[in-house]
Amino acid sequence: MKKVFSRTKALKPVPFHYCPGCGHSILHRLVAEVIEEMDLIDRAIGVPPAGCAVLAYNYFDVDMGEAPHGRGAAVATGIKRVLPDRLVFTYQGDGDIAAIGTAETIHAANRGEKITAIFVNNAVYGMTGGQMAPTSILGQVTTTTPRGRDSSREGFPINFTEVLARIKGTAYAARTSLHDPAHVLKTKRILRKAFEAQMGGLGFSVVEVLSPCPTNWKMSPPRAFEWVKEEMVKHYPLGVFKEIEGGSLAD
Amino acid sequence: MSEELELMRGTYAIGEAAIRAGCRYYFGYPITPQNELPEYMSRRLPEVGGTFLQSESELAAINMVLGASMAGARVMTSSSSPGISLMQEGLSFMAGQELSAVVVNMMRGGPGLGNIAPSQSDYFQATRGGGHGDYRQIVLAPSSVQEAVDLTYRAFDLADKYRMVVLILGDGMVAQMMEPVRFPPMRPLEDLPSKNWTLTGAKGRPSRILRSLILDVNDMEEHNWKLVRKYQQVERECPLWEEFMLEDAEMVVVAFGTAARIAKGAVKRARKEGVKVGLFRPITLWPFPFQALRGLYQRGVDTFVVFELNAGQMIEDVKIALGNGPQLLSYARPGGVVPNPQELARVFSRLVLSRRTS
Repeated sequence: MKKVFSRTKALKPVPFHYCPGCGHSILHRLVAEVIEEMDLIDRAIGVPPAGCAVLAYNYFDVDMGEAPHGRGAAVATGIKRVLPDRLVFTYQGDGDIAAIGTAETIHAANRGEKITAIFVNNAVYGMTGGQMAPTSILGQVTTTTPRGRDSSREGFPINFTEVLARIKGTAYAARTSLHDPAHVLKTKRILRKAFEAQMGGLGFSVVEVLSPCPTNWKMSPPRAFEWVKEEMVKHYPLGVFKEIEGGSLAD
Repeated sequence: MSEELELMRGTYAIGEAAIRAGCRYYFGYPITPQNELPEYMSRRLPEVGGTFLQSESELAAINMVLGASMAGARVMTSSSSPGISLMQEGLSFMAGQELSAVVVNMMRGGPGLGNIAPSQSDYFQATRGGGHGDYRQIVLAPSSVQEAVDLTYRAFDLADKYRMVVLILGDGMVAQMMEPVRFPPMRPLEDLPSKNWTLTGAKGRPSRILRSLILDVNDMEEHNWKLVRKYQQVERECPLWEEFMLEDAEMVVVAFGTAARIAKGAVKRARKEGVKVGLFRPITLWPFPFQALRGLYQRGVDTFVVFELNAGQMIEDVKIALGNGPQLLSYARPGGVVPNPQELARVFSRLVLSRRTS
């Protein structure tokens, strides 16, 4: 019988702890599949964040080293400078990369560090119980914006990937989404482009992934996927914002 | 040890000693009074195939150190008090993850921005664990440029042996003064101890995890006790101290680093005037040489004076060592004030005299 699907070897054979409908489970698998398809399982080093995905090291079957909250880009810089031929990626939430880790991320991009940031934007702080994120959209009710996010009080949702795209050391910057199967498949292609930019030595790469958090949004999983499509994409347009040509990037 | 003596300032000498110990990665952010150390590394490291990176903050620097350490490198950073405060998060994580690295703190007057004068105001932060959680770091306090070289060279081996952060604790005096030094030989990188815990990619072995998150309370407790057992081993194996003119001393000065250097001059001066005073100099501030100091009391010394360039911090460790038995005096000079040996000798003479008359 023809085998049409199996678990990627870059994931350990353990069930995810993530909530039903959470985007992390989908995204972990996509990242792991790309690592396997690029034959990088034994050369990959991942840096999980503080937050729900800190436990990513329980799932990825590659070397994983924890970073303090927000410091992923600095930790990855240290690893990559010592081991320049490895695939080094961070896996960070919106608060991690675009609030507490803003400086580390922007300066890693500006140095053109050959690392990849996988940036999961679910518009909320998940693990701490649903507080406002830098990417919470205007009007969004969270546990710390009970009246809805108001720009005069809480500022605006930040389009961080567009910021990173403007930085000279960034080789690849794209935003994608997990809200339907077509976009899931597209996300995988984009992750591969980002890893290729890194392994081609082109510079910093970032992939922002719009991802549902049904638990903290207090929605059913199907409704949460719709909310990504209807609300988040309006504020966070999908697309490739920067792609430096050269190396294996031109495919 | 090379035969040749070189006249070198402390910061350069520490940088060169680190490179000779096998350090090939330096991450740091400028702050006075140690800017010549990153400057030296930016020049010297590329000559030996190493990497220098000026980070955007001390917060980033220590996390780059954390990453490079995970990847198995001998790595260092350096800073001064306010910058070291920013690094405390990373130092705590490195303790939890059992990562090795060498960190240099050229202390200044504080709190806050303070000043850039020689001070020892970070003793508590260095020895009590300035970051959060149950942890320790080895603290080495040189009092000359040669000793800064020797301790830096040794620090990398200690860091690797115990999988700990080793802090070199100096000040603007140690950093800036020029003295003749002899350097130990260049360690070939292939001779450095191998590490079986680093993240290098899971080639031909199972994948590895380096983390400090341990959600299960029983596992976390076991991890804490494991760290404690390691720290107890360090306490048994690593205390270093110097004894100077203690044989017939009526009074013992306890001082470290720059303060000890000045105290040594003052002891010699007081001795010439017949004042029987000696010096006990802790070289490791953690582990503190408690037993050696207690031994002096047991040998009959009943008056101790703690001289330190802060408002009185090491005196707490001296109290732990000596208990309530002997007379314990403090001569504390915070704020970057550095008394000269003449002034200090007068203080010692007066204290010995008042001891005799009391």
